[in-house]
Amino acid sequence: MHEISLCQAILQIIEEQSVLQNFVKVNRVNLEFGALAVVDEQALRFAFDVVKRDSIAEAADLHIIHLAAQAKCLLCMKMVNIKQRFDACPDCGSYELQVHTGDELRVKALEVE
Amino acid sequence: MCVACGCGSDKITIDGQQHAHDSHGHGSRSLQIEIDVLAKNNEYAKQNRDFFTQTATLVLNLVSSPGSGKTTLLTRTLNDLKSGLPMAVIEGDQQTANDAERISATGVPVVQINTGKGCHLDAHMISHAMEKLTIENNSVLFIENVGNLVCPAMFDLGETHKVAILSITEGEDKPIKYPDLFHAADLLLLNKLDLLPYLDFDVDQCIAYARQVNSNIEIIQVSATLGTGLNDWYAWLEKQKHKQAHDAFECTTVLSK
Repeated sequence: MHEISLCQAILQIIEEQSVLQNFVKVNRVNLEFGALAVVDEQALRFAFDVVKRDSIAEAADLHIIHLAAQAKCLLCMKMVNIKQRFDACPDCGSYELQVHTGDELRVKALEVE
Repeated sequence: MCVACGCGSDKITIDGQQHAHDSHGHGSRSLQIEIDVLAKNNEYAKQNRDFFTQTATLVLNLVSSPGSGKTTLLTRTLNDLKSGLPMAVIEGDQQTANDAERISATGVPVVQINTGKGCHLDAHMISHAMEKLTIENNSVLFIENVGNLVCPAMFDLGETHKVAILSITEGEDKPIKYPDLFHAADLLLLNKLDLLPYLDFDVDQCIAYARQVNSNIEIIQVSATLGTGLNDWYAWLEKQKHKQAHDAFECTTVLSK
């Protein structure tokens, strides 16, 4: 359940931004979520609902933007889409894939007032 | 409550009209912030890593499931190498100081972190633990993470390498069941090899699975109780120590320029 820690980190980001950017309420958190992020989406949503209580994000919806994972095949040198770390290159079958994107867990935007 | 005008909510009306907040930026607005959720952890990890590089400390983050033999392997390593190598340990467990007591019996300095309900160590905990640990330059620092094959994969502590320990009592498909952790590790120690005659464990298949999730992972087969393969593990440690010393030298050279 490291999702609780991650949501506490999200809340910390929000609270720091509220001072910097002068807002008192968050309506929506847009979170970029890579296909390879070591995070369970349901656990993250549950944890967010717990962590946001009595905070400026209490009324906030968590909007998750799913990002695909891309890797470069070191054998055939193509950029390919993968769903999991142990996927093979769909073109040549090699497991020598260098992951380029898909690890993201990033607060992209906040809707605030 | 609005900090600009002090009104409580949109239910407040003035002359029957809803009070407009737009003039003082009161309406909903969108802020593009683009901040990694782990940014704070990664800042602490960078500070730790800079300190470790400057002091030529080789830091190994030992990750595994509970019961893989991490502490047995670690105490054996400490006893075998302590005469020629300065070492220290940070122990992570949810509860108890049992493992720290086992480590302490070797005479090597140790700090216990109890995470309470937490399922992993983070970089800030390591910064605090380092305040309590006096380590010589050119040491090896072992960080024994909380036994868990999931969460520790995500948290950079500032270590030089993650070392995964997998015992052959766990099943050969662990690397593909928990790919993130084996992907993040640079070395896999396949432990409890002495039990191989009693188990239905396919070593080659396990190695193939590990390479499937991480084509660069190095793999050493060991038995911490019998000592099998430990010389290969110590040779790997020695090689990494040399690299770390070299990096520290480069770092000092750059800083002095």
